[in-house]
Amino acid sequence: MENKDKNLPKKSFLSTQIDLSKFAPATDEEKAQQDVMSESTTFFKDGMKRLFKNPLAVLSIVLLSLILFTIIFVPMFVPYEYDEILKVDGKRDRGAQNLAPFEYSEMEQEFIANGGERFPHILGTDELCRDYFVRVIYGTRVSLAVGLFASIIVLIIGLIYGSISGYLGGKVDLVMMRIVDIIYSLPDMLIIILLSVVLNEVLVFKPGTILAELGTNMISIFIVFGLLYWVSMARLIRGQILSIKENEYILAARSIGAKPTRIIKKHIIPNCLSVIIISVALQIPSAIFTESYLSFVGLGVKAPMPSLGSLANAARDGIMSYPHKLVFPAIMICLIVLSLNLLGDGLRDAFDPKLKR
Amino acid sequence: MSDILLEVNDLKQYFPIRTGFFQKTPLKAVDGVSFTIGKGETLGLVGESGCGKTTVGRSILRLYEPTAGQVIFDGEEVTKNNINSMRKKMQMVFQDPYSSLDPRMTVEDIIGEPLDVHKLYSNKKERREKILELMNYVGLNSEHATRYAHEFSGGQRQRIGIARALAVDPQFIVCDEPVSALDVSIQAQVINMFEELQEKLGVAYLFIAHDLLVVHHISKRIAVMYLGKIVELADSDELNNNPLHPYTQSLLSAVPIPDPDIARSRQRIVLEGDVPSPLKMPTGCPFRTRCQYATEQCAQECPTLTDRGGGHMSACFNK
Repeated sequence: MENKDKNLPKKSFLSTQIDLSKFAPATDEEKAQQDVMSESTTFFKDGMKRLFKNPLAVLSIVLLSLILFTIIFVPMFVPYEYDEILKVDGKRDRGAQNLAPFEYSEMEQEFIANGGERFPHILGTDELCRDYFVRVIYGTRVSLAVGLFASIIVLIIGLIYGSISGYLGGKVDLVMMRIVDIIYSLPDMLIIILLSVVLNEVLVFKPGTILAELGTNMISIFIVFGLLYWVSMARLIRGQILSIKENEYILAARSIGAKPTRIIKKHIIPNCLSVIIISVALQIPSAIFTESYLSFVGLGVKAPMPSLGSLANAARDGIMSYPHKLVFPAIMICLIVLSLNLLGDGLRDAFDPKLKR
Repeated sequence: MSDILLEVNDLKQYFPIRTGFFQKTPLKAVDGVSFTIGKGETLGLVGESGCGKTTVGRSILRLYEPTAGQVIFDGEEVTKNNINSMRKKMQMVFQDPYSSLDPRMTVEDIIGEPLDVHKLYSNKKERREKILELMNYVGLNSEHATRYAHEFSGGQRQRIGIARALAVDPQFIVCDEPVSALDVSIQAQVINMFEELQEKLGVAYLFIAHDLLVVHHISKRIAVMYLGKIVELADSDELNNNPLHPYTQSLLSAVPIPDPDIARSRQRIVLEGDVPSPLKMPTGCPFRTRCQYATEQCAQECPTLTDRGGGHMSACFNK
């Protein structure tokens, strides 16, 4: 094909340049073929796609959903309550103490021999003749709830405090960060003990409500989380905001006339959202851990409400004779903490643009 | 004169820099800059890196609180209180098309943000129509609206930035090195677009750049800055053909000419030494440490910008 355009520069026969007359201009259709466009993906979708490519993260998601499913639905099918002392035919079963998994007491065996039906004690029973399986499930419920709520409290306070400090900067930032430093240096155990002593006197809940069942120790753990543990979150968010603030798109938003609240809400928070999600995912296991060791030393939930830590503590007494009673709650703590940590790591890898392949 | 749109009078912008434990030294980023821009006119602002060009642009829009001086826009002084309504008339296009667009927002939301902030629409449909019209202005397809900024090339991103600036229908746009981050072929496209938009919408530009050729092409008048001061201000052809200030002369001699014969024959004025630190400004004329014509007088007093005939202003004792 020859190009008939007269405006083309004449090619000298000595020149090594390509002869332009041998080229025809591209038609619109041909031009359109060059517009290769990939599927439009949002940052969130992209991150999720990468998260699901990570086998460890997927495994921990599966594990966590299994645990969640178990603690929500299984208590509906098990005919025992976490604080119910076993009875057979309305009579107290004194032999059902410290049974091994799937073992029946003498009274129960008799009952079954006479044609009665009895739900098996999957994890045996404890020293007060209560079904241990239900207690472990309720303990997991409590521990996860504590972890979740504590993380949410930490997130809300840390987010607000950190964004104000980071966005305003200067003297405000200096003062706010010194307050953080002071709070950081307070011994948390001491505060929890003091608070639970004080709150035990001050707080009286209506019996039967959730708060009363959790007990003042639990409430004081929440309060302590609210008072003390937000500082690291606030520091993290402040640091993020300090770096995001320097971007030109923040300046652009200011030159448009956007107000600081709008800039924080629309530009800064979405841009540090990935860091927030990750640190919350890592905050939950640490809160569960704190709750467990506080329960273990006897500052956790009020009996008879179990938590994984208090179950482990109770099992310590008979550790030689009934080691399974310590093993089950301990495995549960490990599974939850491990899978949340792995999920947090997976989230960080998936959402960190520097690790993008 | 009624056709003056923007008047900058003795604008000063100092930044306090901590030089000791208690000591703070002002960094004079902009030190007494005055100029005017007419309606629909383009003023080019050139100078080397760190001479305060960008700071001038940002101070006019009050992104920094100026230390002294006043900015009068359309007969009204720009102050802290009325800046929000002023931002409907004055806008800015940023240098780096990569960091000036929020990576978490779609193009539609980026361009629509000024509309949201100033509530310039009554319903969703009107907002979308306005955004599509703006995208059409800057040569973007309507199917780009739902995409994210990282999916575009540098030139397209800069177009998005320009559309955002145009959203409020401004009379004046500060263009802060809008083409420096783009490659040459895209630069030409974007500059032509700036010119087309000026013809169509009658906006005035303060066009900041460090490329004299680009500035000469687009602007009617050019101001040359050195260390926070304007050293020469003239019509762009006049400045190009008859530079008075030795700094402008040396800048012009460094402009590449696409003809080897002329390029070889002309004399290149090479400046010696480095730009002095703006923390330790030389006494008198700021340029005297590198000026080949410097005299005793230059060290003692600072030359002011004076008219050398025909609106050609220069701040030099010798010319």
